[in-house]
Amino acid sequence: MVKEQEFLEKKASYCLDLAKKLGATDSSVVVKNSVSETVNFRNKKLDESNRSDDLGISITTYIGKKKSSISSSNLLNDNLNILIEKCVETTKNTPEDEFNSLPDKDLLAKKAKDLDLYDNTHIENDQKISYLKKLEDAASHDKKIVNTESSFTQNKSNFVLANTEGFCDGYKTSSFTASSVTVAKDEKSMERDYEYSSKCFLKDLDDADELGKIAADQTIRKLSPQKIGSEKIAIIFDKRIAKGILRTFASAISSSAISRGTSFLKDKINQKIFSDKINVFDKPDILKGLGSRNFDSEGVKTDKLKLVDQGILKHYLIDTYNGNKLNLKSNGRCGGTSNLYFENGNISFKDLLNSNLKSLYITETIGHGSNIVTGDYSVGATGFLIENGEFKYPINEITIAGNFKDMFQNITLANDLEFKYATNSPTMLMEGMVVAGK
Amino acid sequence: MSNFFEKSDLSRNEAENIISDTLQKCDDGELYLENSKSETILLDDNKIKNSSYNSDLGFGFRAISGEVVAYSHSNEISKDSLKQSSENLKSTLKSAKGSYNHEIPKSNKKYYDNINPIEQKSLNKKIDILNDVNNYLRSKDGNVKQVTANFLGEQKSIEIIRSGGETLSDVRPLIRFNVSVMLEKDGRKETGVYGVGGRQSYDSYLKDDNWKRVCDEALRIAKVNLESKPAPAGEMKVVLGPGWPAILIHEAVGHGLEGDFNRKKTSAFHNLMGQRVASEGVTIVDDGTIDNRRGSLTIDDEGTPTEKTVLIENGILKNFMQDRLNARLMNTRSTGSGRRENYRHIVLPRMRNTMMLSGKQTQDEMIRSVDKGIFAVSFGGGQVDITSGKFVFNCTEAYEIIDGKIGSPIKGATLIGDGPSILKEVSMVGNDMMMDPGIGTCGKAGQGVPVGVAQPSILIDKMTVGGTKL
Repeated sequence: MVKEQEFLEKKASYCLDLAKKLGATDSSVVVKNSVSETVNFRNKKLDESNRSDDLGISITTYIGKKKSSISSSNLLNDNLNILIEKCVETTKNTPEDEFNSLPDKDLLAKKAKDLDLYDNTHIENDQKISYLKKLEDAASHDKKIVNTESSFTQNKSNFVLANTEGFCDGYKTSSFTASSVTVAKDEKSMERDYEYSSKCFLKDLDDADELGKIAADQTIRKLSPQKIGSEKIAIIFDKRIAKGILRTFASAISSSAISRGTSFLKDKINQKIFSDKINVFDKPDILKGLGSRNFDSEGVKTDKLKLVDQGILKHYLIDTYNGNKLNLKSNGRCGGTSNLYFENGNISFKDLLNSNLKSLYITETIGHGSNIVTGDYSVGATGFLIENGEFKYPINEITIAGNFKDMFQNITLANDLEFKYATNSPTMLMEGMVVAGK
Repeated sequence: MSNFFEKSDLSRNEAENIISDTLQKCDDGELYLENSKSETILLDDNKIKNSSYNSDLGFGFRAISGEVVAYSHSNEISKDSLKQSSENLKSTLKSAKGSYNHEIPKSNKKYYDNINPIEQKSLNKKIDILNDVNNYLRSKDGNVKQVTANFLGEQKSIEIIRSGGETLSDVRPLIRFNVSVMLEKDGRKETGVYGVGGRQSYDSYLKDDNWKRVCDEALRIAKVNLESKPAPAGEMKVVLGPGWPAILIHEAVGHGLEGDFNRKKTSAFHNLMGQRVASEGVTIVDDGTIDNRRGSLTIDDEGTPTEKTVLIENGILKNFMQDRLNARLMNTRSTGSGRRENYRHIVLPRMRNTMMLSGKQTQDEMIRSVDKGIFAVSFGGGQVDITSGKFVFNCTEAYEIIDGKIGSPIKGATLIGDGPSILKEVSMVGNDMMMDPGIGTCGKAGQGVPVGVAQPSILIDKMTVGGTKL
């Protein structure tokens, strides 16, 4: 089972004490343990079982403004002694950086609130197997489905973060994840799609039948795709793709990209970067939330932030180092966002489909085509042609391209937000992008 | 060489007994032990931002019966921990009734030296070079606004213990040196990135101020991009330069020829063995045996010696890449392609150095033959959907071709094509095959492994370019 707080705290304080003894003026340490058990099925049969037990420690030592870090999976004191000595030695030889420091003491999180992130339930492999059997039965219902692969993972984690300012806290989290990947085939084509559910609590996980059926339906409707011509056309991003646009926004407002000058959103605070109706929140204290946390990876408390208010950028995501550099206080975003989402728009999904005579509904993108320095965007895409609000036929082997600076100003959101991932968006309509096809 | 049992309450003998007992009725399996040490030294924004060191130790215990794989891993090399893993494997494979396959080919060839690149260069010397890089680039061009440079070094020792006590081991060095530079001119920002690396000491790549060559290349790419105009959108002819653009081969056909996808019949290539999948003159190999290359391996992560596997010969599909599991289930032999990121992951059939061999034409002939198209020289990365066969890759340096001549540089764009048909669109193969500089990492099922690619210049008659200019 996952290690208890007491064990992790003991390791953490051992490291802090030793680092101090060896000459570090400050230090911080994270000790983590994560235990996962996975069962994979393929074509209704057991394919793989996998158990992992991962321990890890990472230590950062400071000597004045000099800093260095080490990490290891070997927590035996013998090994830690060698590594901490090496870390302090390396710190001495690393040049000073005036912005290096532990967080402001006042900003550190006080008593951790219980966010209901840990489910004590243990699901045995036999129970996972019966869930997956049910899932794959549902997924292979149609004879066009020629391959099914599915997976069930239980993860239990625990961690402690401690530093020489007296911070020492951590908590257990759990996740239960089921996924279904199906392949469908007809005379002309073979296609793959998926569905997935991940929850903190086992009882909240999607129904197995439902999951398998959605995966199969989403795959079958992609069969016999066509390629369309190159044109300027309205794009509708399915929620699972729309959340990626929000992730790109988050990387572009990270204080590291801002302080390095490598973001197209540098110096855009208090400027209008989205259309009027757009609001973006980052809310760390959602009960059972997949991105919920009490404090960031430096121990700084995290409050709810309205990052974008009626289209206007209000905050960057700030950690201690880059905050020092930008002369701003950390807002507890070392390690990134928590539960990040676009607030709902005010039209229905159906009305969104109907807002243009013709549009492209995108369900998958491939490639790493987001450039946060320039804002340029160009990716491969798969989806459907929409005419008069109806799904007409599947499309593939096209690209969609634009620049985020323009794209952000042309977003309309539906009112169908749900909290399925840590980052979530309603279905998104974007005007003015270019499709390259035939 | 690591002695994995030195500080453990578990002796080698006891471990061997547990392994043999666990794998009794299994078809295959092994205990995989790994000890890796790695470092990152990063300069960014005029400062040494990060100097970190990682040491990772652990084992992965695998048992296979029929098609079923049971796997368990842990960081603790101890009696309790290995016994717990053994119980996990046994409970998954309760009804196993196979017979253990002891056959592992042997070879004495080694493709890199047993060195620890981290220890071969002092921290101070690495820091000096990074500062030199920063000063050199900033003094060379007034538009330089950001410089990032880093050293990544690793030494990984592995040992594989099979049922009956057969033991195979390898020590793998790996380094990378990267430079990224951002320019700003008239409010416009662009970046250029270049790097070198492989399985040798840092100095093999950086001696004689060779780091300047890396800086010059990154700066050159950034400068070209500063002048770039919007890329065209639509289908057109594409000339690819030699070397790194072979990401095309990796994405378009490489992944689709990995054994697992073909055994499961989920690859667009699974029913094309022996058939024409590329134009005549196109030969593609996956080679793990080139000295000191990033994708080379003396043995794979199952202990099989690597080899040069012919995938496509003169346009005809000849072989898939196999690990032991998929080879056994497809009645063939392992090609030494069984790889894993580390002990936390199961083995999968993976690429090593994937190469298209030289043909007869010149790059000049290709460009002269194109009325309207693009010439792509450098790439960021790519991705493929192996089932539909559609793949993309992202240009980071490209030019338009008009009436047989290279024109203005164009902005980065994604190119998309169809794997099983794209190589039939290859109408010229150049005589200038080149290896990539040694910086590639391939991702599959959440596992990253170092790989290489190589190709000559090629002309593709039809591909979709994902620009914004209609």
